[in-house]
Amino acid sequence: MMRVAVLAVQGAFIEHERMLTGLGATVFEIRKKTDLEQDFDALVLPGGESTVMGKLLRELDLLEPLRKKIKSGMPVLATCAGLILLAEHISNDENVYFGTMPVTVKRNAYGRQLGSFEVEMEVKHVGKVPLRFIRAPFIEAAGEGVEILAKVDENIVAAQFRNQIALAFHPELTQSTDIHKYFLEHLTRA
Amino acid sequence: MAEINERYELNKELAQMLKGGVIMDVTTPEQAKIAEESGACAVMALERIPADIRAAGGVARTSDPKMIKSIQKAVSIPVMAKARIGHFVEAQILEAIEIDYIDESEVLSPADDVYHIDKTKFKVPFVCGAKDLGEALRRINEGASMIRTKGEPGTGDIVQAVRHMRKMNRQIAELSAREESELFQAAKELEAPYELVKYVHEHKKLPVVNFAAGGVATPADAALMMQLGAEGVFVGSGIFKSGNPAKRAAAIVKAVTNYKDAKILAELSEDLGDAMVGINESEIELLMAERGK
Repeated sequence: MMRVAVLAVQGAFIEHERMLTGLGATVFEIRKKTDLEQDFDALVLPGGESTVMGKLLRELDLLEPLRKKIKSGMPVLATCAGLILLAEHISNDENVYFGTMPVTVKRNAYGRQLGSFEVEMEVKHVGKVPLRFIRAPFIEAAGEGVEILAKVDENIVAAQFRNQIALAFHPELTQSTDIHKYFLEHLTRA
Repeated sequence: MAEINERYELNKELAQMLKGGVIMDVTTPEQAKIAEESGACAVMALERIPADIRAAGGVARTSDPKMIKSIQKAVSIPVMAKARIGHFVEAQILEAIEIDYIDESEVLSPADDVYHIDKTKFKVPFVCGAKDLGEALRRINEGASMIRTKGEPGTGDIVQAVRHMRKMNRQIAELSAREESELFQAAKELEAPYELVKYVHEHKKLPVVNFAAGGVATPADAALMMQLGAEGVFVGSGIFKSGNPAKRAAAIVKAVTNYKDAKILAELSEDLGDAMVGINESEIELLMAERGK
């Protein structure tokens, strides 16, 4: 059975766990370094505050070991703050966290909470799904090898780079399991 | 109506993103920066922290918009601010400056001793305090998209927050155990709307995120509230009334992440300098938690 690790230092990780469990995966949480002693087949980086998660990743000594796993091909699904953690560049922030995906993201790209919104839209490989944006980022520029999966207006909101899927929105907050299914069925097999 | 419901869902979801995090009271852009760098998932901008409001006495009102805006500029994390209970114009002002969350708060002097703000009229989200399940469901019915305990602010005494969280848990457990046909009566007893009572009965939890607030002064306090079922923690006076705010703030953040790991909690509790002095519940004259029912 597929074992999925969900980063659980802060944010909406339980929502991902429920969805993955519902799809038949075995799920466990990463909160500290010793949690990495277990084997796992895939990693989920949830929504939350990227500054908080980034800081905790560093100080709990999780950043480097997880970066190594991502670099060596561990499938990753990242939503919202997770996208910021994966990005090589953040246009309005000096920090870089994993920096494993050649994209430039803009944090809080839609402004404050009044700018949060929902649309329904086609995501490549997945189909039409509801997209929920909560104080969301978007991708301003994508480097070579990055496949664009969805755009809202002119802005990239979903992308795939090798083993990494990054989304500016929150499939874990919806009833639709299609994105998680795609992640489990296709990415983890590649 | 559809648009309003949609907005409400998005507002509840912002609270979900704050889970497992610490929201810190700050009074200046400098403090806001310290809070952000220490790992706060949001800050609460206010002119005076509760301990000072308590010491100063008099009427406590919403903060100067200019001061809130300076904090909005200083940090990239969500910024919250407080409005007085029932003071819907203070809330309108906070919405006009695009605050991320309004705390309709008993820490400020109530503006209305009967009615809370009709929060369904707003696009920005509200968090409200609750001592028990009925109070929480009444606030949610009025449009609150996040709930917190109403622990006694500015005291550094955790006893009330613990009491509220335990009572909430007990009432949810009792309600969940009742037969469906008894829910009409349960709604009457809780003085809460039937639909929300039914939701809690079915899901065994509140329909919104529930944080701990009031009296958190140490990493152990924060972990205590998390072990009791809080989904995150507000820290008010506990940080900037202590000897080493940055260190204490960072330690509380980590305590919330690893709230079940006593070894980590022991390390985090070392050498934090002086905690806020604190006042025991029995020593204070004004119980802010009694404001608003």
